[in-house]
Amino acid sequence: MDAILIQILNGLDKGGAYALIALGLTLVFGTLGVVNFAHGALFMLGAFCAVITQKLLTVSKLVKDESITFFDAYKETPYLELWWGDFGKTIIDWSVPISILLTVPLMLLIGLSMERGLIRYFYKRSHAEQILVTFGLAIVLQEIVRSLFGANPIPTPAPSIIAGSAPIGAFLGLDEALVYPWWRLIYLLFSVFTVSAVFAFLQLTTFGMVVRAGMHDRETVGLLGINVERRFTIVFGIAAVVTGLAGAMYAPILSPDYHMGMDFLVLSFIVVVVGGMGSLRGAVAAGFLLGLLQSFASMNEVKSILPGIDQIIIYLVAVVIILVRPRGLMGRKGVMEE
Amino acid sequence: MSDKKFSELSRRGFIKVGTGAMAAASMPMFFVKNAWAKNFRNDPKDANSVKFGFNVPQTGAYADEGADELRAYKLAVKHINGEGDGGMLNTMKPLTLKGTGVLGKKVEYVTGDTQTKSDAARASAKRMIEKDGVLMVTGGSSSGVAIAVQGLCQEMGIIFMAGLTHSNDTTGKDKRRYGFRHFFNAYMSGRALGPVLKKEYGTDRKAYHLTADYTWGWTQEESIKQTTEELGWKTVATVRTPVGAGDFSQYITPVLNSGADVLILNHYGKDMINSLTQAIQFGLKDKMVDGKQFEIVVPLFSRLMAQGAGDAIKGILGTTNWNWQLQDEGSKAFVKSFGQEYGFPPSMAAQTCYVQALLYADAVERAGTFYPPQVIKALEDFNFDGMGNGPTYYRGADHQCFKDVLVVRGNQNPTSQFDLLQVEQIVPRDQVEYDPKIFGGELGPYEV
Repeated sequence: MDAILIQILNGLDKGGAYALIALGLTLVFGTLGVVNFAHGALFMLGAFCAVITQKLLTVSKLVKDESITFFDAYKETPYLELWWGDFGKTIIDWSVPISILLTVPLMLLIGLSMERGLIRYFYKRSHAEQILVTFGLAIVLQEIVRSLFGANPIPTPAPSIIAGSAPIGAFLGLDEALVYPWWRLIYLLFSVFTVSAVFAFLQLTTFGMVVRAGMHDRETVGLLGINVERRFTIVFGIAAVVTGLAGAMYAPILSPDYHMGMDFLVLSFIVVVVGGMGSLRGAVAAGFLLGLLQSFASMNEVKSILPGIDQIIIYLVAVVIILVRPRGLMGRKGVMEE
Repeated sequence: MSDKKFSELSRRGFIKVGTGAMAAASMPMFFVKNAWAKNFRNDPKDANSVKFGFNVPQTGAYADEGADELRAYKLAVKHINGEGDGGMLNTMKPLTLKGTGVLGKKVEYVTGDTQTKSDAARASAKRMIEKDGVLMVTGGSSSGVAIAVQGLCQEMGIIFMAGLTHSNDTTGKDKRRYGFRHFFNAYMSGRALGPVLKKEYGTDRKAYHLTADYTWGWTQEESIKQTTEELGWKTVATVRTPVGAGDFSQYITPVLNSGADVLILNHYGKDMINSLTQAIQFGLKDKMVDGKQFEIVVPLFSRLMAQGAGDAIKGILGTTNWNWQLQDEGSKAFVKSFGQEYGFPPSMAAQTCYVQALLYADAVERAGTFYPPQVIKALEDFNFDGMGNGPTYYRGADHQCFKDVLVVRGNQNPTSQFDLLQVEQIVPRDQVEYDPKIFGGELGPYEV
């Protein structure tokens, strides 16, 4: 029972990340009709917003280690710590949550620049051309990050007060040894909140209504005199912010490195395909479903019956879904079915 | 008279003419070294220079390690050609290189990107051999890559001086006559760690292994399991994880209620950084199991990995091939050269690559030829010193180097950004030696 509970939590937590990434991808595909292979790079850039924030907050006074003569080695003490003591330490400790303040404007700017500067020229091109150009963009972005930060992952810890585990066993009256990391619980709540906020924005605002109408029938909305394109540009910016936030908040779970976007790219596309291209609800549902399946497939009891199932489960589900229901779980009829 | 004369001439003449003919026949060989060698691939003949092929990861997860390997190779080329301060050429014993290139030819190099993928690494090595005409291929940061490239080099008759590869298979079941490894292996890590684990954590422990699902992970798991079970530890589970899994949480959660009190992470690079960080987030470092403190062991790690893991690596035990803080003359000479050239200390990958390049060059100089079978024979059973880790032996039976192994701990109180590993113990070479037969495999022929 304890093992199942913890795998459910783990699956939901993984699913939260998948859903957030797939949500941004679906928003872009649903509105602009663009298959954005640079989406993983946006996730990576979001994670590096956390890294940049941490680096800015830990600008340090360097004291040279005189015992080393062949090169310069330093003991580093952050200025914030020198100036404000424990308060400075606390600010540094909370660098990941603080990074949200940088992530939102920076990712919005990156999203808008990407759409206006490149993506819009490919609206009427084939999906193959869109994939090529966005994939190329992803490579350029990741190489820029590599040249600035190197290839090694950069440790970006969660605040120390929530860096450990929550005694969920004790909370629920189960085995006291049952624990789960605080930051992962926070990430799960954060993903639920962000997904809800995006849905509320689309459902409850006039802007959202126009976007939804445009997603359904772009031409008719345009004929009504509404500048759909401008709204879709903003949607691209919002998708970049959502994905960037997903990346920044994921930094304590997965130390950011320049290649992490590519690692998530395939996965996020599978989530979107399983959920149904262009379906926001489908993306979210598929994210959580695949997260749970992956988590359960990794249980030793399951692996002893089906060795290696943990490594193929997601792809297996994708194959079955594409064969049985090409439009995905909640995809609209006619979208990507041929 | 004439008969007598003929008979005398015949006897003396035979000795004189025979001796003269033999001397005359051997003269060219004596003066022109190894003129007996037949044609071989990429024979430099009268060229003024020779090329080495540096096949390192320039993209992918190990790009930083690859960049460090490349820096070391460039430094090695400088020193072989007599430029710079000479580095380990000042400390290596015995030394045949003269600082004038190799056999009077200047050393040049070409580079390739392994991408840490076996197929890409083979393609890159093949290109360097066929198109660039390299005499020797070296480098890499993965056992999968090393084994793949080593196989190709055997087929093509080009010597491969492996970079960072820790799988027992590289010089075990997949060993090749044309492949040589200076780096230590998983078996040696187990032998070196065993006594320290016993001293630190006792003999009544339950271990849970998370293992990268490829050759290196499998052999490390096998070696560490063997060592810990000899100590009296029980193995609760051995779980294989996909390379590059990123999030290992679904593999860590079953550890929590498995009854294990030690987690052994047979992961390297990014996988190790992620799995260790996540294991600590799951509270494993603070966990108590049946009154015992839960422990995490990472049998192989490096300074670059410690840098990536941040605070998570502090206090964690493991082994490493070499560390820049070693105080032997060879290590100091290399750190000085590398530090002055690049402004920071070399990694263990850089050290093994630098040493491999010098060892190949020195073997050619000793053999007096670039002809691979003779160079191989010069490397086999070669004893040397002054290149870090004490007196070292390149065993002919499996082409594995034997030297002292370092047991290290993530430094709790670093004095600088490079002071990340604390050497707990230098385990003498004789404690990590083994019979080459235990891993099987065949080296294959000298002539291909």
